Amino acid sequence: MSRVRTERLVNLVICLLSTRRYLTAAQIAATVPGYEHNPHDAKDHEAFQRKFERDKAELRELGVPLETGTSSAFDAEPGYRITRRDYALPDIPLEPDEAAAVGIAARLWRHAGLAEAASSGLAKLRAAGVEVDPQATLGVEPVLVVDRAFEPLTAASRLRQVVTFDYRVPEHDQSTSRRLQPWGVVCWRGRWYVVGYDLDRAAERCFRLSRIVSKVTTVGPPGAYRPPPRLDLISYVARWSGSAPPEHTQKATLLIKPGRAAGIRRWAESVTPASGGDQVVITYSDAHSVARWLVGYGSDVVVQDPPEVREAVICRLREIIAAQDRSDATVGAG
Amino acid sequence: MPTGTAADRLARLLNLVPYLLARPGIEVSQAAAELDVTERQLREDLELLWVCGLPGYGPGDLIDMAFDGDRVTVTYDAGIDRPLRLTPDEALALVVALRMLAEMPGIGERDAIERALAKIEAAAGDIAEAPVAVRIPGDADRLATIRTAVERRHALRITYYTATRDETTERVVDPMRVLIVDGRAYLEAWCRHAEAVRLFRVDRIDGFTELDEAAALPRQARHSDIREGVFRASPDQPVVTLQVGRGARWITEYYPCESVVDADVEQWLVSLRVSDLTWARRLVLGLGSDVTVVSPAELAEAVRAETNRTLAAYAA
Repeated sequence: MSRVRTERLVNLVICLLSTRRYLTAAQIAATVPGYEHNPHDAKDHEAFQRKFERDKAELRELGVPLETGTSSAFDAEPGYRITRRDYALPDIPLEPDEAAAVGIAARLWRHAGLAEAASSGLAKLRAAGVEVDPQATLGVEPVLVVDRAFEPLTAASRLRQVVTFDYRVPEHDQSTSRRLQPWGVVCWRGRWYVVGYDLDRAAERCFRLSRIVSKVTTVGPPGAYRPPPRLDLISYVARWSGSAPPEHTQKATLLIKPGRAAGIRRWAESVTPASGGDQVVITYSDAHSVARWLVGYGSDVVVQDPPEVREAVICRLREIIAAQDRSDATVGAG
Repeated sequence: MPTGTAADRLARLLNLVPYLLARPGIEVSQAAAELDVTERQLREDLELLWVCGLPGYGPGDLIDMAFDGDRVTVTYDAGIDRPLRLTPDEALALVVALRMLAEMPGIGERDAIERALAKIEAAAGDIAEAPVAVRIPGDADRLATIRTAVERRHALRITYYTATRDETTERVVDPMRVLIVDGRAYLEAWCRHAEAVRLFRVDRIDGFTELDEAAALPRQARHSDIREGVFRASPDQPVVTLQVGRGARWITEYYPCESVVDADVEQWLVSLRVSDLTWARRLVLGLGSDVTVVSPAELAEAVRAETNRTLAAYAA
């Protein structure tokens, strides 16, 4: 933006803030420097209108609440004004420790768009007189990373606007197109989800943001639906992503080679020296899942008891050999 | 705020008047530093504001400032005495970040964070009703203990499990900060043994003792670059290519992958960099028959040999 245009826009804001009456485009042109033109020259007038449209768009983009209306029933043409109440940031009396928390929060984003929004938000607080210590820390710093779909989905949830996107779960071969009334976005165990009402499935659904493979597009007008009252977003995601890991009620005894399989030893109930290594007792809940874990450690670990875990491990080992044979045969044939 | 784009300048100018108004007699250099612009840029902004004002644009209508040496005071604001309201994006960015902080297990100052959050939400009005909820898992007590040690700036002796090498070692570290990335807590510290900055996963610190000696961070200790995530593959790490069946496709969401060929095939072709092949062998064995090794041949052979060795151990 040229200096001339910036100057014109600052003057336009000041002018519209200072008026109670709505000012028409013609009145603004006659007042604010930079809009001088000959209204009777069609070409000149058109150039002014284009310029004024661009300027209005610029101000709205910035969040300046440009109001349109007429001051009296006799006005043929709508005019513009900015009311102070809508324009000005209300007073935010932050204590020093609160201001420090906001300053830290503003630095957490590792996402270009939101990092900029956080720092321009912080700049406004400073302009309102809040002093922010840039050196303050809390000892623990979360790093905020979000998926691309975060911004469009939070905006659509806020505006209550239906969205569509393509969604792909790794276990499925094709992505599917979904239509959703989004209620809100949740961060749960380090991953982001959107919760809402799936219009095609006619049911509540959760979607993982990282699995959205297309752009998120809004459909239809804002205010198109109403999320359920007293909505607890977290509980939806918690239910959907499965409950807490099952309790370990069973015990297995393993023989582990000396000094090996540290990853198992750190969960051991007991470690007793034995011939050929250490006898290690672990707890588990399901024979197949514990077998999967133990097989990773190969011949460093041999299950002694119970038979169901021993069998599950042997079974997995045989499957691995069979799979490798099959794959070698395919490669050989190709 | 960046000084680059045009819209940013307008935003900065509208902010500048109330900013100066709140700090009469501030030094231009200090204001520039706080506003993250050069002193020259700030002076140009002030010159521009000087010719703006109320209709009439006479001496009494224009924004006015008094200069006293290097100090500036706004003496007439022409009605822009308050900053503009927060935009929905600004409110969202601040509110979500504060909610994240307030949810952090083991954080200090939780009370201040919650008070700040309430005030920002109140000031932003409807737009701050951000439809975003946050829940961060973690052992609050353990994190609080580690954070306290970090704050006291003492060296720590830790018992740490290194998953890539499957070993548990003792080491003395000089703590720098605690980070939470993707819901996981890490202790960032100078490792005296490795002589480098390392990120230690808090859930893999199996024990720790706070030493009497002060943390001694060498000059070359720098914060880790985590913009691209905690795990950064380096080109000298071997690339492993696997054929991945449906049941193990989840690994593409769990581990950073170099490439995933997933178009119209049952068996995906997944390449990832691994810190060493022994770790890769453990990964492949653990995934079972859902995964087979395509390359390197060395790994395929190691998987086969280890499987046979283990079966032999069971037959004995």
